[in-house]
Amino acid sequence: MAERMGFFTDTSVCIGCKACEVACKEWNQIPDDGFVFEATSYDNTGMLGASTWRHVAFIEQSRPVLAGDDEGVDRWLMSSDVCKHCTHAACLDVCPTGALFRTEFDTVVVQADICNGCGYCVPACPYGVIDRREGDGRAWKCTMCYDRQLGGLEPACAKACPTDSIQFGPLDELRERAEERVTRLRADGNEEARLYGESPGDGVGGAGAFFLLLDEPEVYGLPPDPVVTTRDLPAMWRWAGAAALSAAGAVALAFLGPSRGGGRR
Amino acid sequence: MPGRGWLARWPVIRQLTGEDGRSDAARSARTDALRPRTEEAGTVARSICPYCAVGCGQLVYVKDGEVTQIEGDPDSPISRGRLCPKGSASKQLVTHPGRQTQVLYRRPYGTGWERLDLDTAMEMIADRVARTRRETWEETHEGRVVRRTLGIASLGGATLDDEENYLMKKLYTALGAIQVENQARI
Amino acid sequence: MAECHPVGFQWVMEAKARGAKVFHVDPRFTRTSALADRHLPIRAGSDIVLLGALIHHVLENELDFREYVLAYTNAATIVSEDFRDTEDLDGLFSGWDQEAATYDPRSWAYEPSGEQPPADQAEGGPRDAEAAGADTYGAGGPAAHPSPRTDPTLTHPRCVYQIVKRHFARYTPELVERLCGIPRDGFAELAEAVTANSGRERTTAWVYSVGWTQHTVGAQYIRTASILQLLLGNMGRPGGGILALRGHASIQGSTDIPTLFNILPGYLDMPHAERHGGLDHYLEVEGGTTGFWGNRRSYVVSLLKAWWGEAATEENDFCFGHLPRMTGDHGHYTTVMGQIDGTVKGYFVVGENPAVGSSGGRAQRLGLANLDWLVVRDLTLVETATFWLDGPELETGELRTEDIGTEVFFLPAASHVEKEGTFTNTQRLLQWREKALDPPGDCRSELWFYHHLGKLLRQRMTDDEIDRPVRELTWDYPEHGVHREPSAEAVLREINGVGPDGRALSNSTQLRPDGSTACGCWIYCGVYADEVNQAARRRPGREQSAVAPEWGWAWPANRRILYNRASADPEGNPWSERKAYVWWDAGRGEWTGQDVPDCEIGKPPGYEPPEGARAQAALAGTDPFIMQSDGKGWLYVPAGLVDGPLPAHYEPHESPVANPLYAQQANPARRTYHRPESPYNAPGGRFPYVLTTYRLTEHHTAGGMSRPLAYLAELQPELFCEVSPQLAGQLGLANGGWATIVTSRAVVEARVLVTGRMRPLRVEGRVVHQVGLPYHWGWGGGGLVTGDVANDLMPLVLDPNVYIQEGKAMTCDVRPGRRPRGRAALDLLERYRHG
Repeated sequence: MAERMGFFTDTSVCIGCKACEVACKEWNQIPDDGFVFEATSYDNTGMLGASTWRHVAFIEQSRPVLAGDDEGVDRWLMSSDVCKHCTHAACLDVCPTGALFRTEFDTVVVQADICNGCGYCVPACPYGVIDRREGDGRAWKCTMCYDRQLGGLEPACAKACPTDSIQFGPLDELRERAEERVTRLRADGNEEARLYGESPGDGVGGAGAFFLLLDEPEVYGLPPDPVVTTRDLPAMWRWAGAAALSAAGAVALAFLGPSRGGGRR
Repeated sequence: MPGRGWLARWPVIRQLTGEDGRSDAARSARTDALRPRTEEAGTVARSICPYCAVGCGQLVYVKDGEVTQIEGDPDSPISRGRLCPKGSASKQLVTHPGRQTQVLYRRPYGTGWERLDLDTAMEMIADRVARTRRETWEETHEGRVVRRTLGIASLGGATLDDEENYLMKKLYTALGAIQVENQARI
Repeated sequence: MAECHPVGFQWVMEAKARGAKVFHVDPRFTRTSALADRHLPIRAGSDIVLLGALIHHVLENELDFREYVLAYTNAATIVSEDFRDTEDLDGLFSGWDQEAATYDPRSWAYEPSGEQPPADQAEGGPRDAEAAGADTYGAGGPAAHPSPRTDPTLTHPRCVYQIVKRHFARYTPELVERLCGIPRDGFAELAEAVTANSGRERTTAWVYSVGWTQHTVGAQYIRTASILQLLLGNMGRPGGGILALRGHASIQGSTDIPTLFNILPGYLDMPHAERHGGLDHYLEVEGGTTGFWGNRRSYVVSLLKAWWGEAATEENDFCFGHLPRMTGDHGHYTTVMGQIDGTVKGYFVVGENPAVGSSGGRAQRLGLANLDWLVVRDLTLVETATFWLDGPELETGELRTEDIGTEVFFLPAASHVEKEGTFTNTQRLLQWREKALDPPGDCRSELWFYHHLGKLLRQRMTDDEIDRPVRELTWDYPEHGVHREPSAEAVLREINGVGPDGRALSNSTQLRPDGSTACGCWIYCGVYADEVNQAARRRPGREQSAVAPEWGWAWPANRRILYNRASADPEGNPWSERKAYVWWDAGRGEWTGQDVPDCEIGKPPGYEPPEGARAQAALAGTDPFIMQSDGKGWLYVPAGLVDGPLPAHYEPHESPVANPLYAQQANPARRTYHRPESPYNAPGGRFPYVLTTYRLTEHHTAGGMSRPLAYLAELQPELFCEVSPQLAGQLGLANGGWATIVTSRAVVEARVLVTGRMRPLRVEGRVVHQVGLPYHWGWGGGGLVTGDVANDLMPLVLDPNVYIQEGKAMTCDVRPGRRPRGRAALDLLERYRHG
């Protein structure tokens, strides 16, 4: 297996431009997500889903402002969320068809030509990332631009990001860079700066896509202590494999049948 | 791996036969064949983003007469390969289904569009320019020579190329049309 | 900047990471504010007070970069004793003619003023005022005495330094607090940072966009910043400057090679029937004979040779008579009035959407509806093409489709990847685009359209004298491909210019006044040097210095920082090692450094011009501002501006605040249009709120290139207004609900976004609420998302120097709920106008 690749999203330099959302959609040819004004700061795409693989959250924070009586927003947090590509990926654990698999870059990818839309993966994800697309039925999520990586290219979102808030590279390097960055931010007085998802000791065994946050994870809509939903089911895969056996066998026969018939003619 | 061919490569079969179901074993043939589609491009044009005036570099990938991808040009010392949401949507700008590709004509007092051949439209426009120019020609204004027409005006230019602006200004000036303006005024 | 130029903002973020302090001054807390070290909320329309107070702070505390100021600016110059300041005349400068509503600028001149032309011939005088003449002086300034009297001690009461100091004496932090709404500690922090980061070792940059230009004192906003930056020694130096971030891919190019009424390519004036006779007279009254503008004859004659070739001869004034003459304002808004009045019959609209993008959209559409014919060229069916079918005036009953006589041609345009050519970006950099593929269907480039239209028109020309300029026009560009596309490189080469040998020129200094050279735009001369398309150069940035001189080509002469002579001290040495950029190499006897030096390369710093010298020879070796007739940066403008030699704070045309500085409420020279199609808001309580408009990063201008795109439309799907929680509470506006915004021009509905990013400001002792509206929506335009037209709300009132409308500060009323429809909308407007 090649080196483990990942995303480091440094939200302290995110300008909320949403280039990541658009670049992702252009590359991956994802449909639009509807045209709804959400009246939620500048966020009109809501959350990660089958047709939004990068999502920028906007959080307006009010505090007493200088020399005035009125309160006004003095901090506007922006953060581009994405699939975490967990070390222990529950979506993959529960996938009965093998549509979800772990790539040589240690990322987690759904194969659209295999996914049968069973949806087991959807509730399994501790972050609520993966989802089934309406009309299509299959499950979709960020692939970390697996196809681009196979050609030695960085994912579309990381390439487009104007301020390098989204960084792509070998996970170990990113972790080192992130440590330095968080240390510096803290030294500069951002005491709440923290990394999220970088620790191999966390509930998902560490994320392949981790973040530098300037506040509690909940503020950004991230679970504070995510746990792989299949942690207590080490035998899950064998179980799922057995389930798949019967289904696959039936399907295989269905395919083989006509083929043999054709051969007789 | 049992046998060869599509059946043998089917992930479920491969998982059942003992390969690691969560990595290589699960790969479909389509997955195995994955490459970035930019590798298949016949040509790559070095271009510039058409939105704001920062002037970010773009690479335009074309395959079989279709734009298959537009992304940042990492060589640009201005943008270093990066693009904003608008720049990132450039492929959609040039390929979206709402783009008009036919000449349309609305006759005076008409209630709908009609089709018109491009050459015919050009001849009709030239006729109107020549006629309006002649009808509204002003040789003098309050006793001074002006040699112009106030009957023809033009708006636009900031989204166009320098060469296009040049031909516009040159032609309009020769025609005596002086009410020539663009977005720089607003 | 993060909002509208996100990719450019990466450099601000880099600077910040390296220790730069970033301030953001804006009425709203935007995505830029979010990343700045400090956001200073300001009342829209009060920036001259803020900048003026910074100037005051610098001068009161003697924080100016004295050596720079003495050597490179006109601080020491003595001004005419006839000059009177706004401080003396309660808001007017000397020379105001109340009846004509224009200034006679002659009393603003240096001493000795020498012989002055009559008032109506003066640069910046009434004739200039009525034809945006001042616009051209931005490129170099008008004539000023090249060697006026000076007082290097800066103590003479009539020296520029003292005049500027007196002028801004009342622009104090207290005034900033009262008028801008910026608390004193915020101002103090800004003043400290700006002055601490200026001088030999450090520089400060100011970045602006239309938030500074779209005001009735827009040009003076920039002037105020110029004064500050000159005093601090921040011009012509790396990391300094006043940087305009422009909003269209080639809006800089379309100003350099202007599709604008008042200039010819390279900022040469369009001739004016009353100011100019023949070529000699034109050259006599336009600009000085010193500095690089002293070569104006070469620039003009070479342009005429490019356009009329063999036909242009010394004997016939090089066809100068072929140029049509202005007689006044032929600008965008006057043209629209001409449409309404029936004088303008035919209209080309190419890649612009005035029915949505221009101020006072209703007047725009009434103008379109009164044309004989209209040609619209765009990528999609923008609202300007469909106003007769689905415009808002049909809903109100003001227009009926079957009554509109306008004949409309819609011609689909080629996109940026379907043609080749150059864009000139916001830093004057020309970048060549390769063509990726042919345009689909009937889509064609503008180059194709105008080239072939020109050919068809030439077929229609007769022997008549009025047809001579078209007949004799050089118009023989090579064609290629199935569509017979003209060669953009051939056009670029014509713009670059050729010498007597027919070879491409390499520098504008090669241009001659005798007709032996031809050049379509003198400032672009060199873009085709050595017969090579220099704009197509693409040596990767990582293989070059930070200046990246081999990527594209910047005018003039590939210089990346203008006036960079000022990056060295008068002796030619860098001000500091840290800020070294170009310098004099005494050993080699020439200027050198990281950039192309913006001066004559062999002119030693000690050069003193002989008596009677002309053009660049008249500038000393210490003069960095080589386009100015005196080579100096102007703290005070002795000629050229039509609304005063110094910036003064005037309230916007529509303002809820009385000007406490002067009896003169608004810029007296501003241009107004008293028309029923677009009336002004009455002062007083009917329109109590400040309205400001802007862009979002997810959309582009009037939306023609963003609303039809699903990936952008979904990000910002509806027109919304931003209001503070306080105003929302006061008016009963619910987040996510609807609000109706009213001015005398229009009534517009928008979804409500209640946000603490909008802050009520305490101005003149009371609370002023500001309402923000992005302007990207329209009713159609092939958009996947639609909305009311925010620009319909705006007044038609212009800056008098450059004729840009005041779109950033006006008054309005806000009501909860959706707007009335049809006739009821007009009734509501009537009540606001006269009620």
